[in-house]
Amino acid sequence: MEIKVLGPGCKNCKVLEENTKKAVQALKLDATIEKVTDMKEIIGYGVMRTPALVVDGTVKVMGRVPSPEEIKELL
Amino acid sequence: MLGFLNGIWSVFTSILKFEWLYYLVEKLVENVFGLSMETNLGSSVHFFIYDVIKILMLLSIMIFVISYVRSYFPPERTKKILEKFSGIKGNIMASLLGTVTPFCSCSSVPIFIGFVESGIPLGVTFSFLITSPLINQGAIIVLLAAFGWKVATIYIAMGVIIGIIGGIIIGKFNLEKEVEGYVYEMSMGEVELETMTKKERVNFSLNEVKAIVKHVWIYLLIGIGLGAAIHGWAPAGILTKYAGPDNPFAVLIGVAVGIPLYADVIGTIPIAEALIAKGMGIGTALSFMMAVAALSLPAMILLRKVIKPKLLGIFVAITSFGIILVGYLFNFILH
Repeated sequence: MEIKVLGPGCKNCKVLEENTKKAVQALKLDATIEKVTDMKEIIGYGVMRTPALVVDGTVKVMGRVPSPEEIKELL
Repeated sequence: MLGFLNGIWSVFTSILKFEWLYYLVEKLVENVFGLSMETNLGSSVHFFIYDVIKILMLLSIMIFVISYVRSYFPPERTKKILEKFSGIKGNIMASLLGTVTPFCSCSSVPIFIGFVESGIPLGVTFSFLITSPLINQGAIIVLLAAFGWKVATIYIAMGVIIGIIGGIIIGKFNLEKEVEGYVYEMSMGEVELETMTKKERVNFSLNEVKAIVKHVWIYLLIGIGLGAAIHGWAPAGILTKYAGPDNPFAVLIGVAVGIPLYADVIGTIPIAEALIAKGMGIGTALSFMMAVAALSLPAMILLRKVIKPKLLGIFVAITSFGIILVGYLFNFILH
């Protein structure tokens, strides 16, 4: 599973990254988490609100920070 | 109909004016703390406690309501709507949508790129970018609480008009070459919008309240602390001479002070409130708050990534001019 956290590096993006890590650990998933700060790539996903969470190429969440529990369900 | 609205409003304002809270805190300060309301300390402590409770309550209610409305207008949808309008109609729609689309300065860059990339004219994009930060919760809360819905409505209308006219002017200048070249090379992906249920919208709005309160409480406490100090120690009417509605330069100074100030606009509410109570013109206080909200230095540094200095300068000049105009207008009508 390939997970990407999109965001230019604001506080919310970091929180989202941490929440995602927690969710992945709790589910014991075999997943890579990558942080994307390049605006070109972020826009490429059609995202206008950061932070955003992309799982296997699909935008799951944008413009808000979901809790680790919510991310677990998304995964 | 108007009578009915006014009836509802008077019930609403008597709660909003927080006379009950004023009275309760007065009892607390006098009887529990043993401080007289006549002393500087008593008056400051009263202002502090009263304002913390009042602003937190107002803020939570307003953010909840506004977030709920905004959950229907994510920028992706706004973009889709704007693609259908051209000319002045586009400016009008962009400015109106700017009042309801969620916006924070950290999103200005992706929103700008997204709009321009999908072929929305530069002028229409700027109508959105000018109005969006101008119509902020902070200013609306102060206006609603202190001056009622008529003044709040005029404020919103002025913000929308500044956005429309500012965008039209920028559109007329043909400044497309003043946008950083790479913006045009980007291609925006398509994204599927989450459709939210009612429960999800409520949850989203509650989360917004939590997130914003968590983010602004420190600014709020500093602002209320300063406001309390002004309230307790500054003599009544001290500002009437220097920053009152009769001083023609007060608005200009307010805007000049507001631009470099890096503060959350919500933190400026209690300061504005205390300054108005000491005689500052309401228009002056408002233009100060608008300058903090719409022309903050960090927001400009972000925008500089996508537009060249000349266009940034034009944007700042038009927005400042609009804000100054609103300041004078409010000083004039509420005199």
